[in-house]
Amino acid sequence: MNTNIIIAGVGGQGILSIAAALGSAALTNDLYMKQAETHGMSQRGGDVQSFMRISDEPIFSDLIAKGKADIILSVEPMEALRYLPYLKKGGYVVTNSTPFVNIPDYPEMEALTQALENLPHRIVIDADAVAKEAAGNIRASNFVMLGAASPFIEIPFDYLEAGVRDIFTRKGESVVEMNLKALHAGRAFALARK
Amino acid sequence: MEKRLLLGVEAIAQGAIDSGLSGVYAYPGTPSTEITEYIQLSKQAIDRNIHREWSSNEKTAMEAALGMSYAGKRALVCMKHVGMNVAADCFMNAAVTGANGGLVIVAADDPSMHSSQNEQDSRMYGKFAQIPVLEPSSQQEAYDMTRYGFALSETVGSPVMLRVTTRLAHSRSGVRTGEVLPENKIKLPENPQQFILLPGIARKLYKLLLAKQADFKEASANSPFNLYKEGTDKSLGIIACGIGYNYVMECFGGRPPYPVLKISQYPLPRKQMKQILGECERILVVEEGYPVIEELLKGYPGDKRITGRLDGTLPRDGELNPDLLAQAFGLPVEEGASVPEVVAPRPPALCTGCSHRDVYNALNEVIRSYETGRVFSDIGCYTLGALPPFRAIHTCVDMGASITMAKGASDAGIFPAVAVIGDSTFTHSGMTGLLDAVNEKTPVTIIISDNESTSMTGGQDSAAFGRVESICAGIGVDPAHIRVLNPVPKNHEELCRMIREEIEYPGVSVIIPRRVCIQKARRDKKA
Ligand code: SF4
Repeated sequence: MNTNIIIAGVGGQGILSIAAALGSAALTNDLYMKQAETHGMSQRGGDVQSFMRISDEPIFSDLIAKGKADIILSVEPMEALRYLPYLKKGGYVVTNSTPFVNIPDYPEMEALTQALENLPHRIVIDADAVAKEAAGNIRASNFVMLGAASPFIEIPFDYLEAGVRDIFTRKGESVVEMNLKALHAGRAFALARK
Repeated sequence: MEKRLLLGVEAIAQGAIDSGLSGVYAYPGTPSTEITEYIQLSKQAIDRNIHREWSSNEKTAMEAALGMSYAGKRALVCMKHVGMNVAADCFMNAAVTGANGGLVIVAADDPSMHSSQNEQDSRMYGKFAQIPVLEPSSQQEAYDMTRYGFALSETVGSPVMLRVTTRLAHSRSGVRTGEVLPENKIKLPENPQQFILLPGIARKLYKLLLAKQADFKEASANSPFNLYKEGTDKSLGIIACGIGYNYVMECFGGRPPYPVLKISQYPLPRKQMKQILGECERILVVEEGYPVIEELLKGYPGDKRITGRLDGTLPRDGELNPDLLAQAFGLPVEEGASVPEVVAPRPPALCTGCSHRDVYNALNEVIRSYETGRVFSDIGCYTLGALPPFRAIHTCVDMGASITMAKGASDAGIFPAVAVIGDSTFTHSGMTGLLDAVNEKTPVTIIISDNESTSMTGGQDSAAFGRVESICAGIGVDPAHIRVLNPVPKNHEELCRMIREEIEYPGVSVIIPRRVCIQKARRDKKA
């Protein structure tokens, strides 16, 4: 198996927690993985991305080559489109539909929705609403997103559950449960629309 | 052996701890910051009481690390590439004194300038100082080579540079850790004159450094990290340095048809270099950073067999990636759909509620009434004041340059000359410039936008915490012209008035708008 995932968002949206859960899932199951992330100036509200590569064979490059990403997992709709040159033919875009508007020239929602609808393989999900409904807290929306991406990732779902458990254990069982609920709700949403 | 998920920089930190490290010295700077932060949070480091406080700047860090090496213990000093410029005085001379306890200097370069002012290549510094340089290609190597670096430093009696670039620094992978070594005991240098660089002694020590070059070369020749991979197609030979090696391997699924020489230790291993140059028709040099090796091989007349960044096979600037390498090899790049036009750029910006915003709002309002006013700024979050909606600053060059450039511009007749600098940058390199201005009573208005934090790099403690006014007074600024205020919106008028008054004062004045960085406050609350 060999999965390349681009996780996209805006500095401050916490995309690294998604990467951390995936990383933990890979490591505890003895898979190879490399995950490049953005630190520094862009973290001040700029576009940020993490290149996540998981494989059962050694991985060389920390970066994903253009046209080689299996999936773009974005926690923000405009950011989902920024990385399309990296998406392989037939690859999925899984994105949150809630915009994060922190620039004056943020596009019209209509144009943005249209651009997303033009994508042949996509899951667009209001992760904030799903998180609120399923987990009772919009802070779990990143894990709704991971759940929604899970049907397109070649990692067994129980590995992902264990990954989420692992990164939140420190914060107590209720936080673990909240994020697991979000993960399941996101997955159910995507499976219904795959 | 335990396997952990570590960033490249964290692997360096763990490698140092496991090598019996006694102290880390650093000033925060992307992409090097997390080395020190990792050690600060490491239980192992806390239990052993490894020195892990931040230094005021890279020069004080390098000097303190050299002092620890003098005492026979192992020291690590970490900085971003431009920090090397600040530390260069000590760095160059430390090559002449040599090390006693193992001394590893981490220089984290930032090609493509993700968070920097230039993309200088620290390998040039290594060559300049004539010391061994290590360049890992993976997180595992970052760990292993840090350990190797400490051992090498003590065997050859020299500081060793470990050079990484942003991509390795900030990429995570599984790392197998090894045996934990005990710290060194205090052991003074055998030669009591080793650290006395008086000309008569320095000349001897410099000859010693020149003589050591043979040892450095031998270490490179036998280095387990320089690797010659045979290939059947000799029409091309690839010399790949550091993480450049990964991109080459990626292009060929790990099995390139051409011979590949992986370089992870300098000076260059002569025998292997000769082999690849001898057996291949054309050479591609893959370097993350400047074309250091390529230029050397090409020579002044310009050997056409040597290709890389200088002949356009690879771009002259910016970081490498697998696509650029694929193009260089004539392999197809299967680019996906293009980015739709609706996607707008999203540059970084000051956080909502950031105190620098309020400072720029006031400063802009005041400076508008002077046609010739110029604002000299510095390195930090507040550099983002150059972008809309503020467009408030006219310069940003290097740490501390705001005060001194404002001084020079004022000397040239510019009025008002205003400097905007952060509290941490002020103690890093602004204080000496302030003394220059005080000594000459230069009419400059210096705004130290004090958010009690080193924010750009993640909210590390500021060396001047709670003492900015007293430092300014100590340097000789008239206390009547040191003015402190919380720049909340309701104080906007007062801040404007203050700035106007101090601009009109024909001498050095310091205004200190003070409010804690909101990210720092959030982080401290969590901790
Ligand atoms: S991190 Fe702090 S200093 Fe930087 S922009 Fe945000 S609030 Fe301002």
